[in-house]
Amino acid sequence: MATSIYQCLTRITAAITENKDFLTELDREIGDADHGLNMARGFAAVLEKVPQEEPDFGVVLKKVGMTLLSTVGGASGPLYGTAYMEAAKVAAGKTEITADLFDEMLGAAIAGIERRGKAVRGEKTMLDALIPAKDAFAEKVAKGASFVEALDAACAAAEEGVAFTKTIAATKGRAAYLGERSIGHQDPGATSATLMLESIRDYVKG
Amino acid sequence: MVGLVIVSHSPKIAEGVRDLANEVARASGLIVAAGGLEDGSIGTDAMRILDAIQEANQGDGVAILCDLGSAIMSAEIALEFLGNDVAAKIVDAPLVEGAVAAAVEASCGSSLEDVIGAAEAVRGEKKIL
Ligand SMILES: Nc1ncnc2c1ncn2[C@@H]1O[C@H](COP(=O)(O)OP(=O)(O)OP(=O)(O)O)[C@@H](O)[C@H]1O
Ligand SMILES: [Mg+2]
Repeated sequence: MATSIYQCLTRITAAITENKDFLTELDREIGDADHGLNMARGFAAVLEKVPQEEPDFGVVLKKVGMTLLSTVGGASGPLYGTAYMEAAKVAAGKTEITADLFDEMLGAAIAGIERRGKAVRGEKTMLDALIPAKDAFAEKVAKGASFVEALDAACAAAEEGVAFTKTIAATKGRAAYLGERSIGHQDPGATSATLMLESIRDYVKG
Repeated sequence: MVGLVIVSHSPKIAEGVRDLANEVARASGLIVAAGGLEDGSIGTDAMRILDAIQEANQGDGVAILCDLGSAIMSAEIALEFLGNDVAAKIVDAPLVEGAVAAAVEASCGSSLEDVIGAAEAVRGEKKIL
C-alpha cells in the first residue's frame, strides 16, 4: 500500500488541534492544564519541520521524534519523542506500511515510553491506551484480519483503555500528586494516544 | 572546574537560580541556565539542555540540577545525545539548595563526584532548626 506518511501526520495534527481544548481541560482536572497546548504546539512544529516528500519512514519518524522532544515542553514531549524515535529505528528504510511493520513500530514505541517514563501499564498514563491497543492489533493480525480491521480493534481497545484510566489512581506524572483523588478522571495522555491511533486508522481507511 | 546546568520549566527560575548560585561561585561562566522552550514558553527541551551541557563543560564534567517532572526525562535524553565524550550527571537534589551547594563545591576545584555529593547532601536538610 502506498502511504504518504506526511499526510498521515497531517491527520494526526488535525485531530490534536481539534481536541486541543479538550485535552487541556482533562489535564486541568488532574495536572497542570497544558497537555492540549503542548501537543498542538509540538505537532504544528512537526508539520513545519518534516520534509513532505521524504519516503523513508525511518527518516520521517526520527524527525517527528526530535521535533516533539524540543517543542512539546511537558512530559509528553520526551515520552512521545522517544516513542517516535524508537518506531523510526524499526521502520528505517521502509517506504510501505504493513500490519507486521506497524505492530513492530507500536511495540518499539511502547517500550520506549516504558523506558523513558519508568512506567508500566496501570499507572494512569498513555501506556494504558497503547498497550491494550497493541495487544488487540496483534491478536487480530494473528487471526488473519486485514490491516484496517486490526486498526479498528486497536482503536476500540485504546478507547477502553482510556475509560479504564478513569477507574484508577495515577502513580506517574503530575496526576500522581493527587493520588486517589485522580480517580474518576480520564488520563490526558491516554486520550491523545488514542486520537493518534484513530487518525492513523482513518488515514489508512482513506 | 566542574560546570553546572540549571534545568527548569521556567526560564526565569533557571536564570534566577543561576544568578543566585553565581554569587557563591568564584569563577564566571561555570553555571548555565536551560529553562523553558526556545520561544520562552514554560516547559523543558532536551536539545536546549544538551547545548547548555556543552557550554558548561570545561573539561572536568558537568552536574545537572533539575526541577520537576519532565525536566529529568528531558535531561536524560540530553545525556543520551551527549555520548561519552563529556562526563555529565543528573543530580538528585532540590534545585535551589542543590545548585548553591554545588556551586560552592565546584568553585573549590572539586571533582564531579564531590560536586554531586555536596549537592545531594542537602537533600532532606531541615530549614527550620
Ligand atoms: N512517567 C510517565 N510515564 C508515562 N506517561 C507519563 C509519565 N508522566 C506523564 N505521563 C503522561 O503524560 C501526560 C501528561 O502530559 P503533559 O504534556 O501534560 O505533561 P506534564 O505532566 O504537564 O509535564 P511536566 O512534567 O513537564 O509538567 C499524562 O496524562 C500521562 O499520560
Ligand atoms: Mg500537563
